[in-house]
Amino acid sequence: MGRAALVFASAAAALAAAVLWSFSVGRFPVAAADVARALWSSLGGGDSGLAPNVEALVLQVRTPRILAAIAVGAALAAAGAAYQNLFKNPLVSPDILGVSAGCALGAGVALLLALPALAIQGFAFAGGLGAVALVVAVGTWVGRRDPILTLILAGVVVGSLFGAGIALVKYVADPYNQLPAITFWLLGSFGGATPEDLLVALPLMAIGLVPLALLRWRIDLLALSEDEARSLGLDVSKLRLAVIACATLVTAAAVALAGVIGWVGLVIPHAARLLVGASFARVMPLSLVLGAAFMLAVDTLCRTVAATEIPPGVATAFVGTPVFIALLAATFRR
Amino acid sequence: MTLAARTLDYGFRDHVVGRALDCALEPGDVVCLLGPNGSGKSTLMRTLLGLLPRLAGEVTLDGRDLASWDASARARRLAYVPQAADSYFDFSLREMVEMGRTAHRGVFASPGAGDREIALAALDRLGIAALADRPVHAVSGGERQLALIARALATQAAYLVMDEPTANLDYGNQARVLEEIARLKQAGIGVLFSTHHPEHAFRIADRVLLLAAGRLAAEGPTLPTLTPAALSSLYGRPIEVATITLADGTLHRVCVPASPP
Repeated sequence: MGRAALVFASAAAALAAAVLWSFSVGRFPVAAADVARALWSSLGGGDSGLAPNVEALVLQVRTPRILAAIAVGAALAAAGAAYQNLFKNPLVSPDILGVSAGCALGAGVALLLALPALAIQGFAFAGGLGAVALVVAVGTWVGRRDPILTLILAGVVVGSLFGAGIALVKYVADPYNQLPAITFWLLGSFGGATPEDLLVALPLMAIGLVPLALLRWRIDLLALSEDEARSLGLDVSKLRLAVIACATLVTAAAVALAGVIGWVGLVIPHAARLLVGASFARVMPLSLVLGAAFMLAVDTLCRTVAATEIPPGVATAFVGTPVFIALLAATFRR
Repeated sequence: MTLAARTLDYGFRDHVVGRALDCALEPGDVVCLLGPNGSGKSTLMRTLLGLLPRLAGEVTLDGRDLASWDASARARRLAYVPQAADSYFDFSLREMVEMGRTAHRGVFASPGAGDREIALAALDRLGIAALADRPVHAVSGGERQLALIARALATQAAYLVMDEPTANLDYGNQARVLEEIARLKQAGIGVLFSTHHPEHAFRIADRVLLLAAGRLAAEGPTLPTLTPAALSSLYGRPIEVATITLADGTLHRVCVPASPP
């Protein structure tokens, strides 16, 4: 227990450090003390005594961006951990399963139709559920002999099918208004997240995450063979449906908020398991914290290392691809 | 107080594996299921566990149709010990055994202090309590199999069904698992286990079921039923049974396959 507590404390400290760092650095650096003063005054703690533009930068520019990065990192990591238990497959994540692409297609169609934020979320969720349903159908139909690999291939195929749908959406989008917005959002970015977007996305994420947290102990049993889990008294089909619905809702909220950002959902749960073992009751909370810290650190780097911003999805791919190859080797080269 | 099958047809919707089978398991009974590869041992066990719907006939648990049992209630009465399989998920032995408490807890609950105690007691009973916090990947195959038996004990079920509990184990670990099964009998637990070694039946089973192509070729108390003739016809080659006396005076039966005539 001592070790797990230490890991959680370190992860929380890393997240706090990332938040502070992200508030202070950028094209316009702000001293840590001024950040604290601005936040304190916004919470009703009196006048900050800062220049209005500094206060606006902290509260209206950096706060939503930081919240969005934290929410998306935490959501994708937790969804990835849930999918990995659900499919007994260490190599899946929202993006590898094609769920992110499904959500993106749904959200893209909603953007094309100029629908409100909640409808965008709804379409993203529907697209994500469609993608999971297809992946599961293909995986169970084909994959008796090597379910792990079949599921990944099914995810790739379904992902590319939905990718084609996204291409079609871009093709028919109005090239002056809609297309740049859709393209920018698809690349994955936290810069565009408004407080209104957050007000829609955060509750939806919570609606998906709370049942996952409540079911945490039973979700461990999904990692067993179906016969074992059923013989222990678990209603496997019902639990699977619940986990699929929750993990997909969480993914959809993240995609609708910040576009398709890959690899976080694959890499972070693995890091969490390496640190605290396989129990979902520990992996899920640690994935939330590590995912948030990782995503925020990546986004902060992306907006500070170069003269122009790098899309965070590009940066996560640089981290995620080598990790995926290492996991592939660990799974199939034994 | 029995797990019983009467004129049971079992198998899959499009493929009948066995027909017209009768068998019973009572608390405190050790029953050994023998049969060549493909004779339907695992399918029969899955049917008796309620994991596979029966095709015809009946399966009853404590006198009630098994299919009418609620999944949790069934899991508290009847437990399954699978073969230890490889998994990516590296739970500690303690966590694995605590999963045996699932049917005793609500949907949103986690194991409480009482469950943790029961799990630890089950590990202790099988002599592996010292390994409780070791990850599954860091213990031997035999210890992993013992942990699966401990998990079944943690369900506090009266009947355990074990699918080849000694498969993939080295000689010493096979003996260890058999000894533990024999000790469960003393605790009043009924055990049905399958194996490819008739000697295991001689060692610990009260009764044997000989399964050939989905039908019971023979059934009854171990010594009178497991004759050389019955074994030879079951496995399709002559098998001799020799009785040896060990240094401490106990008798042991050893099976030796002879060359076909």
